[in-house]
Amino acid sequence: MTAAAQPADGDLLVATSCTKRFGGLVAVSDIDFSIPRGSIVSLIGPNGAGKTTFFNMITGLYIPTEGRIMFDGAELTGRKPHEVVRLGVARTFQNIRLFGNMSAEDNVLVGLHHRLKGRWFEAILRPPSIIREEAEALAKARELLDLTGLKGRYTTLARNLPYGDQRRLEIARALPTQPKLLLLDEPTAGMNPEETRRLTDFVRRLRDELGLTILLIEHDMKVVMGISDRVTVLDHGEKIAEGSPAEVRADNQVIEAYLGRGAAGGG
Amino acid sequence: MTTAARPRRVALPDPFRGMDRKRREKVILIGVILLAIVYPIVFRSLESAFPFIPWPGTSVLIICATFAILALGLNIVMGFAGLLDLGYVAFYAIGAYTTAFLASPHFGIHISWWVVVVIAVGAAALFGILLGAPTLKLRGDYLAIVTLGFGEIVRIVFRNLGDVTLALPAFLGGAVLIGPNANLTGGNVGINPIDPPTIPIPGPWGNAIVFSNQNPIASFYLVAVLLGITFLVCVRLRDSKLGRAWMAIREDETAAAAMGINTVTTKLLAFSLGASFSGFAGAFTGAYQTAIFAESFNFAVSILVVVIIILGGIGSLRGVVIGAFAVQYVNQTLLRYLGDQVLNDPIQALGASTGIALLRDFNLVNYNYLIFGIILAVMMIRRPEGLFPVETARAEMHGIGVAAEVTAGSSDELALAEEVTVVEGIEEPVAEETVAEETPPADRPGDVR
Repeated sequence: MTAAAQPADGDLLVATSCTKRFGGLVAVSDIDFSIPRGSIVSLIGPNGAGKTTFFNMITGLYIPTEGRIMFDGAELTGRKPHEVVRLGVARTFQNIRLFGNMSAEDNVLVGLHHRLKGRWFEAILRPPSIIREEAEALAKARELLDLTGLKGRYTTLARNLPYGDQRRLEIARALPTQPKLLLLDEPTAGMNPEETRRLTDFVRRLRDELGLTILLIEHDMKVVMGISDRVTVLDHGEKIAEGSPAEVRADNQVIEAYLGRGAAGGG
Repeated sequence: MTTAARPRRVALPDPFRGMDRKRREKVILIGVILLAIVYPIVFRSLESAFPFIPWPGTSVLIICATFAILALGLNIVMGFAGLLDLGYVAFYAIGAYTTAFLASPHFGIHISWWVVVVIAVGAAALFGILLGAPTLKLRGDYLAIVTLGFGEIVRIVFRNLGDVTLALPAFLGGAVLIGPNANLTGGNVGINPIDPPTIPIPGPWGNAIVFSNQNPIASFYLVAVLLGITFLVCVRLRDSKLGRAWMAIREDETAAAAMGINTVTTKLLAFSLGASFSGFAGAFTGAYQTAIFAESFNFAVSILVVVIIILGGIGSLRGVVIGAFAVQYVNQTLLRYLGDQVLNDPIQALGASTGIALLRDFNLVNYNYLIFGIILAVMMIRRPEGLFPVETARAEMHGIGVAAEVTAGSSDELALAEEVTVVEGIEEPVAEETVAEETPPADRPGDVR
């Protein structure tokens, strides 16, 4: 399975010497990073290593202080978040950020937003084309909910869903934007082992069946080692290691970052 | 009902038992329309038959309907998009003044109201964008302060432009561009008379139907139609791509942007569409009253509309319309009735005998804002989601999906579900998540169902 996913046609995303400073604090420092098409790449590192900052630079929430990010031949640097989505980058959030007071299907419909053509006056006049478009969108949204294991939860308010379902709904909401690259920020945080296993399988299926490229921030090493084609390790905003899960696991600097200096020396 | 053992929320017998949602809503809608048609005709007879009941007069209902239009418009900004706007009266004033400029002897322009109303709506929408554009980055308190300032500025500008002189400075020749002492807005006196809407159909009422305060029954029908149009537009906006985008921004602006929503244009659309309804109401009010003056568009109007949508149930269309009728009925009819019939005389007598001036001049109507303040405070504590909140409406509307959870059966269970909602509204959502996390999966209520 992993063999089939090896990069055949180059990199989907290329970040060149990206730096992000907040005043005097350097959150991300001079990072070169690329994601091969069709791969699952994990970004790991201790808390505060700059992983989420890096995510936010890709998705347009932060503008890199230095460096540039290219995606599928287009410049991402300095684009607005909604423009980045339209180019084909979707994301989920570390702390779940669903639209809590909207139903599950409405959450997914928001993900469909920019695929729908209707304009505001058409919403008021509601010509047949809009009625059809809305009906198709709803069917599509429910299909995605079924796919992510939320069948029968269509009209439940997002905030009333159990925790694992909320995580799944976040992914279901990101999918209809038809991304080429999906960024998942700690998708298994707070899940029990069974839920984690199901989600890991699901992420793998997204790659295999929908052809998505996936960038993952994850703390659960079992998930990272089991699913990734490549792992990049950040510490204090710098890239300290990169390679296959096996290579990274054996890297002294990585062990040091995670377990402290003594551990690396002893091991 | 008096015993403490009964649940706090008393379940009423359901007259629509057994009807599906569509049918039930149709029945209610037809009922409301029939009532609206019949009431103004039978109002006088009702009043003489049951004089002890404080019936709202037709002109009071016109005020109610006008404020329902205002509330529906503000609900787009506050209820859907979640942008706090305390200067909403500005657009009401802009709509009314646009009408006054284009259909009165003030400038000698007399365009038909049916054309003017379109221009007034457009003008209000334009100013909505003008207010929205610079304030897009503001949220919450900051936005409230800026909008509040905008509302006051518009009122003061309309008041002060009654006497304008605009001249070039002396070194540029000193030519007078406007004035001297030009009267653009009528100043404190306002503009009067404004042409009311008319339909040239001859009949027992004369050559044409005139929708002015001289003819409240016809005017009520007109404003009722305007309210109907507004309501329909709001329903359609809510159930559209744009409505979902507004709510997504209200819930989480960052996540909304991450879903591909252009938050800038979406928020501007909320401001301008919300403002346009206010302009709509203003165009009607100006023409119906046939006179306007700046001081009637004061801050209290903005606050009253905010009170209406919070009491009615913010975000709920049905809620804010009922809220508008309830608040203005209390404001215009009930307080006056209670004052005149019950409270004023004894309290004034008490004031006369004790010599306390405050009591001697007592008139309940003057205490309306105190009373609304108390009602609002009690509501915030007891039922912060409003009288007719969105969620219960949704639970009813989506009978299919929610049925498993709310159990379409007895209304007692429904009341219970409402109770839970109240609690959840107050509690930190984080706490809920933690609980869900710690519960073993098999015990989760979600999995059991």
